[in-house]
Amino acid sequence: MNKTILEKNVSTFKEDPRYKQCNKEALYGVILGIANMIWWYVLGYGLGSKPVEEYTYILGFPSWFFYSCILGAVVFIALTFIIVDKGFKNMPLDRMTEEEAEVYERQHNKEGA
Amino acid sequence: MSNVDFKVLIPIVLYFIFMYFIGIYAAKLLNKVKHKAQGDGSAYMDEYMTGGRDTGGFVLAMTLVATYLSAGSFIGGPGSAYTHGLAWVFLAMAQMPTGYYTLAVLGKKFAIVSRKINANSVTDFLRARYQSKAVVIIASVSIVFFLIAAMSAQWIGAARLLQGSTGLDYTVALAFFGITVVVHTAIGGYRGVVLNDTMQGIVMTISTFALFIAVVVKGGGIANLVQTMRAINPGMITPFGIKEGFMTTPWVTSFWILVGFATIGLPSIAQRAMSYKDSQSLNSGIKVGTLVSIVLLLGMHLVGAFGSTIISVESGDLVVPTLAVTLFSPVIAGIILSGPLASVMSTVDSQLLVVVGAIVNDLYVNYINPEFGKNPSKVQKLTIGAAVLIGVITFIAAYNPPELMVWLNLFATAGQLSTFLWPTMLGLYWKKANKEGAIASMLVGIGSYVIFNYFLPRPLLMHPIVSSLLLSLVVFVIVSKMTKEPSKEIIQTFWGI
Repeated sequence: MNKTILEKNVSTFKEDPRYKQCNKEALYGVILGIANMIWWYVLGYGLGSKPVEEYTYILGFPSWFFYSCILGAVVFIALTFIIVDKGFKNMPLDRMTEEEAEVYERQHNKEGA
Repeated sequence: MSNVDFKVLIPIVLYFIFMYFIGIYAAKLLNKVKHKAQGDGSAYMDEYMTGGRDTGGFVLAMTLVATYLSAGSFIGGPGSAYTHGLAWVFLAMAQMPTGYYTLAVLGKKFAIVSRKINANSVTDFLRARYQSKAVVIIASVSIVFFLIAAMSAQWIGAARLLQGSTGLDYTVALAFFGITVVVHTAIGGYRGVVLNDTMQGIVMTISTFALFIAVVVKGGGIANLVQTMRAINPGMITPFGIKEGFMTTPWVTSFWILVGFATIGLPSIAQRAMSYKDSQSLNSGIKVGTLVSIVLLLGMHLVGAFGSTIISVESGDLVVPTLAVTLFSPVIAGIILSGPLASVMSTVDSQLLVVVGAIVNDLYVNYINPEFGKNPSKVQKLTIGAAVLIGVITFIAAYNPPELMVWLNLFATAGQLSTFLWPTMLGLYWKKANKEGAIASMLVGIGSYVIFNYFLPRPLLMHPIVSSLLLSLVVFVIVSKMTKEPSKEIIQTFWGI
């Protein structure tokens, strides 16, 4: 409801076409961060909460630490590389003129289709 | 002073001298801009504060990592890991998102917006977005206050390190370190700082690897080290540490907010997200930054934790210097200790730059004497003068050091987060965020943090930053909804073409 009012108020307003992609990338960052925290939490506390006598070890580390921090680090470094390569796009960063914005939008829509 | 170890000291001194050269080199570039600009101080300020937005991917990654990783990560953190074992390494890994989160979330949008409004600092961004004197003044005062606290904590760490490893007198060590930082920042500006950060990032990496390998070899392998830790105290190898009720699950997890997700609110970090050259730099910066920061954090904290089986020190802060001196010959130890010193220097130089920016750019030129900004020579004199003045104040604050610097550092960090996180984030992503909301949120954020800190150390069992950030978010949204929306001009500037 609020959104429709805002859109009506600024009916002549045209949003910078690059922002759609920017917002998507920001969202990837947030999702990656939350996934990272869940991984760390579930494996760290999941395996680390039992008594020390029952711990198993991987490469010398207690398994909770290995999975949560070491494997977690490797996995999330890899995921960062993959997401940046696949999901992040190059774009000009300087102020655009109307024409440049239209060209950008057309190219972008073509890619999307 | 009689027991100064020159073999350790000399490599460090050489390293510091090198910093001066980088500063001088950057100052030459600055002077070029000054002469080219002919009577316009704003081009000078642009160059001084953001290096002319020319940072490439590798340099962006290194300056971000080096700025973020500080005495906390290289001295205090390993010190706590020494005391609490793997649990503290686990806690430190809440910083895993450092490399990707800030750069991805502020992202290209922040870079585009800051070019549209010609912003050189986060405060510039806030000024343009909210067009409110109160917002700018609260932001600038918060920068000056909290960053001087943060810097003095860092200086203490560096001076302790120099004192512990070389035998220099604390005061001499502090002055030696402080002068190096102030000089290279004052003359070199942002470019000097990022160039230094890049080199320091490399030194930090080498140093981390060397220490880690030496500790593992000395301890007879990881399995052996872990079992020895277990024999000392089984708590050392659990996620809960050695002290019942200290490293509780909600408290440890809340560090994901304090040192992870909320770091977007650190002005010295956010400034890096407006200075890169192009989107390729950002993309590769995210990758390299993530890789380097995770490896360094994991490596240094493990060094601290494993160190507990090799040496015994009276204060956690001394683990890293003591290990370096114990495991290596003096000259090599000096080179390795340049790593932690670099981590401190690369943090404080960026912070110092932000404080100088707050005083000169945000307060003086904007509100007190706008005519002044047109003359590059005068702006240059004022920036250098401000850097020296802040250096002296920080020196005085660091002269009488408190016991564990990690806490002082966290207090200062939380203060900056409470001020900047929501006004920056919502200002960038929420069209309805307005000045009333921003002011209310900053005041509630800082106020509630201070109150929690004194009266309710663990609200909801978590670090107080979580509650104060939640409160300030709620207040921001409610107040913004109740008051007038930002003007069409602001929306057009920030969201339009």
